Amino acid sequence: MQNNEKSTEQNSNDIRLMKGNEALAEAAIRAGLHAYFGYPITPQSEILEYLTEQVPKRHGVVLQAESEVASINMVYGAAGAGKRVMTTSSSPGISLMMEGISYIAAAELPCLLVNVNRGGPGLGTIQPSQGDYFQSTKGGGHGDYRLIVLAPSSVQEMADFVFDGFRLAEKYRNPALILSDGALGQMMEKVHLPAEGSLPYTETPWATTGKPKTRPSNFITSLHMEPEQMEEINLKLQAKYKAIKEAEVRYEEYLIDDAEIVLTAFGLAARICMDAIDMVREKGIKAGLIRPITLFPFPEKRIAEISHKAKYFLDVEMNAGQMIEDVRLAVNGRCNVYFTGRMGGMIPSPEAVAEVIEKIVANSYSLEY
Amino acid sequence: MEQDTELTFECVYEKPETLTETRLHYCPGCGHGVAHRLLMETIDELGIQDQTIGIAPVGCSVFAYYYMNIDMQEAAHGRASAVATGVKRVLPDKYVFSYQGDGDLAAIGTAETIHTVNRGENILIVFINNAIYGMTGGQMAPTTLSHQVTSTTPYGRDTKLAGYPLKITELIAQLPGAYYVTRQAVDTANNIRKLKKAFKAAFEYQKLDKGTCFIEVLSNCPSGWKMTPLQANQWIVDNMYPMYPLGDIKVPEKVK
Amino acid sequence: MIKGYVVIDKEVCKGCELCVGACPQECLELAQKINQRGYRYAELKDDSCTGCVNCALVCPDVAITVYRQTKPKKTV
Repeated sequence: MQNNEKSTEQNSNDIRLMKGNEALAEAAIRAGLHAYFGYPITPQSEILEYLTEQVPKRHGVVLQAESEVASINMVYGAAGAGKRVMTTSSSPGISLMMEGISYIAAAELPCLLVNVNRGGPGLGTIQPSQGDYFQSTKGGGHGDYRLIVLAPSSVQEMADFVFDGFRLAEKYRNPALILSDGALGQMMEKVHLPAEGSLPYTETPWATTGKPKTRPSNFITSLHMEPEQMEEINLKLQAKYKAIKEAEVRYEEYLIDDAEIVLTAFGLAARICMDAIDMVREKGIKAGLIRPITLFPFPEKRIAEISHKAKYFLDVEMNAGQMIEDVRLAVNGRCNVYFTGRMGGMIPSPEAVAEVIEKIVANSYSLEY
Repeated sequence: MEQDTELTFECVYEKPETLTETRLHYCPGCGHGVAHRLLMETIDELGIQDQTIGIAPVGCSVFAYYYMNIDMQEAAHGRASAVATGVKRVLPDKYVFSYQGDGDLAAIGTAETIHTVNRGENILIVFINNAIYGMTGGQMAPTTLSHQVTSTTPYGRDTKLAGYPLKITELIAQLPGAYYVTRQAVDTANNIRKLKKAFKAAFEYQKLDKGTCFIEVLSNCPSGWKMTPLQANQWIVDNMYPMYPLGDIKVPEKVK
Repeated sequence: MIKGYVVIDKEVCKGCELCVGACPQECLELAQKINQRGYRYAELKDDSCTGCVNCALVCPDVAITVYRQTKPKKTV
């Protein structure tokens, strides 16, 4: 069960078996993408390749830039001109973009970013990971800004969230990020592709399109030398983030109603948790899952609600423990929040997660992680 | 009176000591193996294994440090010449070289490349040009030729949309910080002999502290070009030579 | 004619055939057999090798060691 609205009109006549990366790229074209700038990096180069092949046949602009640094700066320019624009990369490439992302957020430009998370830190590995949660939700770039972050857990969502991402980015004039991973990007699943042209464009009176007589000139900038002015800008951004938190939280729940032990997980890890829950339910353990779909805004209110009824929480991630901090904040001491996870590109198995659930319920699992 | 002695044989060519025993992971026929070997032979013959530091790029040769038995650093993509600058500035008496592909040096690293040469950093930059991005699966490189098909120019490189093949070597040769600039190739035995001479000259010039040595090496990518190694080396002759002619571009005046 | 021979490490060879193409004597060919990695490896097919080193120069995998006849000593 999911709360909150989705963008896509699923056109069930157009069903394909697709790789996550390609489904995302196809969805971007159908969302009316004006421009894509990107750079090859494993495990997401297929997005760039798909777009260089398809965009010339359909509509829009695609360009392989000379780096992620160049890519994000090209995005800034096109977004400032009022266009629907996207770039994609993977962990180290996203790090490179951080300066540009901070500028885009500060200048209040809409755009869609995609991180096909690979193992890190550093050059890392090309295997999937969720180690970029902090980077995505807590900043990454400098200054007081936030990204709207969507975490798909299927190829279907890789496609759907493109529409949601553009819609939210344009509604709030803020960059949105799809936090995927190397497995979701590479795996193939059935996908109902969204209908072409079903995401209307928003008005952009602030864009630099050339100054007509009817309005003053538009600047796209993030530089404000007077501290009073800079504070005004920051207050405006913070008000925006508050509005996003109030209106755009999204999550999915699985067997939550009678759950004594509640799992929290996003993306691929959530699918693994569902299997583990099925396993332990057969042994009579009442386990359930809440899967945040928006990582920012985080479903803290719903988790707080659940923590009044549950006995334990178990957070499962493919990292050293990142989202768990947000879970613990929301649970606010009402229950113990345990952790299990793998790092560096390793993926936890449902059996391993089930074992941890059993240990927790038997009070033989440590809170340390 | 001359007598016929029985024939004895001597070894006239073997693996250089400074190349490790580790099996090269490169595709069959890839020019990287030749370039690695020539560099290590040069270091062997000059006896400078203990005085040389190399910087590896991101690209197919990201694992160059498994094969070159000298101190090496791995740089982030495009930044190898900046890393080399840092090493050379603090160890000015050592031999420092960067080893980079066409994406590393002439796309993402263009700024670093130009500014390193512009400063006349006293290092050797080895530029392996195979007109494609090998490691990431065969996408367009800045040096990809017009009309060349790659995975991101599926209809052939259209210069109007994607720009022209970038002759970065000619560009940086104009900088006063460039001391010795040459373009060689690894496609034939004779060219390989010439490249070896160029490497040797470059290391010797580094002792003079007169600026950057920049050696472009035309190489192949049988996998990315979708050809056999023999076909690929012929492709270098037929297609790359006209755009990227071999030979010295900037040669130091004879040292008096 | 100077005589020579080459020793090719057949497990290192990747069957790229660059040596076959570079040999002026055309005395190299790919074996009918494959090595542990599934490559047909290069080998001498006759004894016309002169030890010119061309094959070893073009070999990207440093699989080839070259031996050449030492100059016969003159005895007076």
